[in-house]
Amino acid sequence: MNSLKQYIELYLENRATVDENSAAPLNKLRAEALEVLERAQLPDSSCEDFEHTSINDMFAPDYGVNISRVNIPVDVASSFKCGVPNMSTLLGITVNDSFRSTSTLQGKLTDGALFMSLRAAAREKAELVERYYGSVAPLSNASVALNTLLAQDGALIYVPRGVQLSKPLQLVNIFSSPAPLAAFRRLLIVLEDDAAAQLLVCDHTQDSATDYLSSQVVEVVAGRNSSLEIIDIEESSSRTSRYSQMFVRQHDGSNVRINGTTLYGGITRNDYHIDVSGAHCSTTLNGMAICSASQHTDNHTRINHLSQHCHSTQMFKYVLDDDSKGVFSGSILVAPGASFTEAYQSNRNILASTDARMHTKPQLEIYNDDVKCSHGATTGQLDAEALFYMRTRGITEHEARTMLMQAFMTDVIDSVHIDGLSDRLRHLVELRFKGGPDALCGDCAASCRGESVVKQ
Amino acid sequence: MKEILLEVRDLHAGIENKEILKGINLIVREGEVHAIMGPNGSGKSTLSEVLAGNPAFTVSSGSATLNGKQLLDMTPEDRSHEGLFLSFQYPVEIPGVSMVNFMRAAVNAKRKYFNEPPLAASDFLKMMRQKRAIVELDNKLASRSVNEGFSGGEKKRNEIFQMAVLEPKLSILDETDSGLDIDALRIVAGGVNKLKTEKNATIVITHYQRLLDYIKPDFVHVLYKGRIVKTGGPELALELEERGYDWIKEEIDNESK
Repeated sequence: MNSLKQYIELYLENRATVDENSAAPLNKLRAEALEVLERAQLPDSSCEDFEHTSINDMFAPDYGVNISRVNIPVDVASSFKCGVPNMSTLLGITVNDSFRSTSTLQGKLTDGALFMSLRAAAREKAELVERYYGSVAPLSNASVALNTLLAQDGALIYVPRGVQLSKPLQLVNIFSSPAPLAAFRRLLIVLEDDAAAQLLVCDHTQDSATDYLSSQVVEVVAGRNSSLEIIDIEESSSRTSRYSQMFVRQHDGSNVRINGTTLYGGITRNDYHIDVSGAHCSTTLNGMAICSASQHTDNHTRINHLSQHCHSTQMFKYVLDDDSKGVFSGSILVAPGASFTEAYQSNRNILASTDARMHTKPQLEIYNDDVKCSHGATTGQLDAEALFYMRTRGITEHEARTMLMQAFMTDVIDSVHIDGLSDRLRHLVELRFKGGPDALCGDCAASCRGESVVKQ
Repeated sequence: MKEILLEVRDLHAGIENKEILKGINLIVREGEVHAIMGPNGSGKSTLSEVLAGNPAFTVSSGSATLNGKQLLDMTPEDRSHEGLFLSFQYPVEIPGVSMVNFMRAAVNAKRKYFNEPPLAASDFLKMMRQKRAIVELDNKLASRSVNEGFSGGEKKRNEIFQMAVLEPKLSILDETDSGLDIDALRIVAGGVNKLKTEKNATIVITHYQRLLDYIKPDFVHVLYKGRIVKTGGPELALELEERGYDWIKEEIDNESK
């Protein structure tokens, strides 16, 4: 069964409405996307990179799509539990796929920097959006094409040449809908030469009894000597499916740090596709997944080293409990001519139950001499000796296990460089390990409370 | 007569179907120091692991009580709460768990067991300071991960520091002298002696008589082939130092022929 069909039909029936509710630079690519989709299929388990996570199946259910952009009310305070004390951010909120500014953000960005609705930007800054939209994510990829076909909004982050944002940006994605809903979200991040920005993204769901599907394409252009850090934390309900594809292009001397963390969710698939096009770049791609019940988390990475003297590291860690399933497939490609590349990849996993499963596939393709590369994966259980040692000191088995799992994630947490956030992340991870659905809401000091969403 | 703290009766235990302890009998009373010596492979470490409750070992028969309570039915954490402490021969490194968090968890777990509220942060830190002084443990180690990157001496001092914090009734020191230079040995032994009271007791497991110069035993037991084959006073340790274990092995092996 080809699950694309329903989305193509939906588009064909509502073509005018989709275009009408969006803007020219976004509409422009739809025809080409449609052409691709008419001969394509979403990847399923017969495709090598999707062996354990079928995108075709993920998109098969009959979700609604809010094409005519009915305003869905959202109770921000009740669904957004990701308060980050000791950290002041410029906050934007996406409800399903529509971006809403907040009072912390309004008028706070200077020097031409933008953090705004992509739809609004496509109208107000058409030239800018047109230049970059679709320039990094390839339309030949069926999932990208589908997102492009239906995406009407999302966020634009633009930092002009030489501008270094002093405060981190925060984007909170909230699902809110009385009926099953699919959101096609687009995030466009452009850092011009010598620009710097930090971004925290977190995913939440307002109603844990409704099925949601999130299709997200993130395009990142990191200009020469720019510096970008993105932390993406998923805290969705177990009935949420998420397919996020991030495409990054790095120019000379740029430094990109990405952390993808899955704390809660249903079925999650994250693709990270990074083209290190320029020389002397540095790339850090880290992530962690903490899964319980029947949660499913699949991270797929691809770093293409296309130029000389670049350095990349990848570290992904999973702790899997109950019947949960983890998947990691990561690859590094060192192209001909990419001399003096240093590229490292590691995937380490702990199975906390006998029914949890981990599938890992680290890969290296090197078409060059003069490189330093390594990759490795381990999957095991908690250290029995450490567990016993702690218990002899009176620490209960449950607490000792929690402490060891938390300790296992320490290096991923510490690799977050946004001030105040690594402490917060440590806390969220601790709550996650302590278990129970209450952990999600039990410790909410939401900085968003009292935050008014600015109507657009 | 002083109260019995630990009473082990005809204890048989092993690992993976291999019986290592073949009928241990041992009584330790308040205020006593017992040394358990014996050749390699005689079961010394197994005895300490079994008493502490290492799930890797299986007890096939026999009993052990601590303060009259059945020890072998308890989880390792409850044995700790009830007053048993094992100083490991090879203290385990736990990367990512700081000493402070580790000790706070241990202290508060014990308080919870006795229905006491968690210790206030300032009281906890004050206690850490006091207890550290007993074994001259560097404050810098407190912020590090448990035993990670500690020298051999620091690891053993850390064990005695934990013992000082947990204030056990019965401490088992498994090869506490191994890997220690003479200065560290003096500090570690000094710590153990400072913690000695009329009410608690210590079992010192060691290969060498050397440690017993610092920690004076009331009784010396020789463990061989999973059984205590000889018991005497401190002079037995001296005799073993001089003559080795061969004469005991011969005695026992001849008996069983």
